[in-house]
Amino acid sequence: MSKVQLATGTTAAPETPRILPVPARRPFLVWFKDKGWRHVVGVVFTIFAIFPLLYVLSAALDSSGTLVGSNSLFSRIDPGNFVALFNDPARPFGRWFVNTLVVGGITSAATVFLGAMAAYAFSRMRFKGRRIGLLSLLLLQMFPQLLAVVAIFLLLSGISEVIPALGLGSQLGLIMVYLGGALGVNTYLMYGFFNTVPQSLDEAARIDGASHVQIFFGIVLRLVTPILAVVGLLAFIGISSEFVIASVVLTDPDSQTLAVGLYSYVAQQRSENWGVFAAGAVIAAIPVMALFLYLQKYIVSGLTAGSVKG
Amino acid sequence: MPKTEQLDHSPAPTAGPSPMEPLRPGSPRSATPRGIDSFKGIIVKIVLLGLVDALAVYILMMLFLSESWATLAVSAAVVLIINWIYLRKGGLPAKYLAPGVLFLLVFQVLVVFFSGYIAFTNYGDGHNSTKADAISAIQLTAQQRVPDSPAYRAAVLEKNGTYHLLFTDPKGNAKLGSNGEPLADAPDAAKDSTGKANTLPGYETLAFQEIVANQQDILAITVPVSDDPAEGTLRTADGSTAYQFKPTLTYDAATDTFTNMETGSTYQDNGKGAFANASGETLATGWKIDVGFENFARAFTDSSLRGPLLGVILWTFTFAVASVALTFAVGLFLAITFNREDLRGKRVYRILMILPYAFPAFLSGLVWSGILNPEFGWLNQTLLGGANIGWLTDPVLAKVSVLVVNLWLGFPYMFLVCTGALQSLPAELDEAARMDGASTWRVFGSIKLPLLLVSLAPLLISSFAFNFNNFNVIYMLTGGGPRFADTDRDIGATDILITLVYKVAFGQGTGRDYGLASALAIIIFIIVATISAISFKQTKALEEVNQ
Repeated sequence: MSKVQLATGTTAAPETPRILPVPARRPFLVWFKDKGWRHVVGVVFTIFAIFPLLYVLSAALDSSGTLVGSNSLFSRIDPGNFVALFNDPARPFGRWFVNTLVVGGITSAATVFLGAMAAYAFSRMRFKGRRIGLLSLLLLQMFPQLLAVVAIFLLLSGISEVIPALGLGSQLGLIMVYLGGALGVNTYLMYGFFNTVPQSLDEAARIDGASHVQIFFGIVLRLVTPILAVVGLLAFIGISSEFVIASVVLTDPDSQTLAVGLYSYVAQQRSENWGVFAAGAVIAAIPVMALFLYLQKYIVSGLTAGSVKG
Repeated sequence: MPKTEQLDHSPAPTAGPSPMEPLRPGSPRSATPRGIDSFKGIIVKIVLLGLVDALAVYILMMLFLSESWATLAVSAAVVLIINWIYLRKGGLPAKYLAPGVLFLLVFQVLVVFFSGYIAFTNYGDGHNSTKADAISAIQLTAQQRVPDSPAYRAAVLEKNGTYHLLFTDPKGNAKLGSNGEPLADAPDAAKDSTGKANTLPGYETLAFQEIVANQQDILAITVPVSDDPAEGTLRTADGSTAYQFKPTLTYDAATDTFTNMETGSTYQDNGKGAFANASGETLATGWKIDVGFENFARAFTDSSLRGPLLGVILWTFTFAVASVALTFAVGLFLAITFNREDLRGKRVYRILMILPYAFPAFLSGLVWSGILNPEFGWLNQTLLGGANIGWLTDPVLAKVSVLVVNLWLGFPYMFLVCTGALQSLPAELDEAARMDGASTWRVFGSIKLPLLLVSLAPLLISSFAFNFNNFNVIYMLTGGGPRFADTDRDIGATDILITLVYKVAFGQGTGRDYGLASALAIIIFIIVATISAISFKQTKALEEVNQ
């Protein structure tokens, strides 16, 4: 579901027209005071921002594999770590990758859907408890689920005694837990966007005989596609980085996600497995970063809109 | 898998065919009849609700079989409410809200109350079950061979990956049993020439090599002689002979005491969820009881906990405030620096600088831990030419490192939102102030910054709340270390409250203490709730002042 929305979201993205500067000949000092220092700041912070990423890339490509060996950047380049990564039966990296995609994909799609339904109800309907509901959601955001990790663990271990498929060690159980946080963070953001779609559209459709479901799927959801993409993507990024609950729920290496699995690489001997870990980190990061950069414009607009609207 | 699918999709179509309602009071009710669409909707609704109900019935049956009556009653009520919501006419908002709210109530609200309950118990390692369970566990574990008891000949059988023992008792009768499964007659067993039962249809008999290979598992098999734990168990040391073992501790139900058969000392329920003798020694297995405020009291009075905990609370605040301040300062500075339409390469800078935000957060901590590693890390080895600076092992430097790494993670986000907020400020403000002769700094300090703070205040508060519980960066970078010297617990200089909760509840090495961990979590709840209440009030006041 989110895939489709993400794709349609991008087609609607126009390039912002760039105003080309007209270069003028000026003394260096004047130029530096006006613009040059900005480049200095830019270069310094760019180095700060990308150095760790280059470092991990270099470590991934250097099959000597230890932490010390990774210190001279890009001195050796070979795929040894990547080969080792996929050939360790005790640490099934391929499975982790698929598990992360499955858990993250299902959770973010369901999160978008549940959040959109709730936002639709809050934005288009007037009912008793609406204000209280919105306020409680705003309040609940302040309390992340990981605070209750002990209770979640004990609740799931109770569930596994009755229905093992939904309890500890099951990805389905983990997804259910994550969906508990689906409304808290996203509904408020979506609610703001749903309000920007004029009510007159709904009314016109209603007069033409459309049902509320047709209005929801046919009109409102289509007009807020960008925010759906943003929420879905942010949910996916959040879930794929989630460690606390996943590490407690998923105990079997075959069912773990990347966050839990990759941590186990370096939890005990940080130095020995460094190269293989770096290779895993690169593969784990590339899809998320690619998606992020691809949809950058929407994310930025979503973030700033959320911030300005409060 | 199918379950989420059903739950996720059920509400939409079910909401579909329900009769049109006025969305707002007074809006015109549609009179247009809907034919085919509505019919299709009803079918979809019935199918999906049917699937959900089928699953619900399965769950209810499992609850019935496990005799969890309270849960069964609540679940049945929930199923009825769901059906009522989707089958009745009207109540449209509930149809859209129900699925999300259901998950929210169970996995976000209920678990908080459950945490509150656990915080008042001694739940944890050695205290994780009822008293009856604890008594039978003690009887099972404290076993000793009955002197001069007859030897049973035994064979090791396997079925579906679990081991069973086939005994031949002194009278020559074959009996089968396994872990926790009491002895039962096995008349079908075939015997070898010496009269020892060694095969049973449906089971595979292990050869000697296989017994040796699986020695650990086979030694661990304890077969109860009967349902009464006091009768003892049968165990084998070599896979061919078994002896009867009886508990060294016997339980007397009348006095509710355990008596050690050798020393004669009696262990009584000490009121703290364990059996203890007169000299205060307790048996290892205890049970769960309510302890009132003891966990909270322990957090602030226990000498191995009080000092470190106060340090942790202080550092949690410092870390959260400093992280927000640093990321906001750097983000705002960069936003101002690059808020020029005519700056060459602006886009390139921007894309490169937001890369850390796109990089998965849990990996950042691990990658930086490699760079900063005191012995082998790049910073010490390459940049500082073999220096030996304890970036992650010195208490103060470790704190600085954590803040720098969190700055790396967080400044791109602040850069993005500050840029957005700056650009949404009306340009006339700038012009008007300049006409009045204000300097650039004056314009920024007196006009732009206050406006920015108003629009960004909610975001700064949620950023604070996020960093207050920023588990990943701390746990992945330092694991909370370096450890405090004045305590034997696993608490360190960079631990924040949430990492402490995790380590107390699930830490390696030290026993799991769910009660204490939940008490700490409740403390976090109270702190976060207080802060957000105050700060939201403040922002509101700020907004009103500015209007």
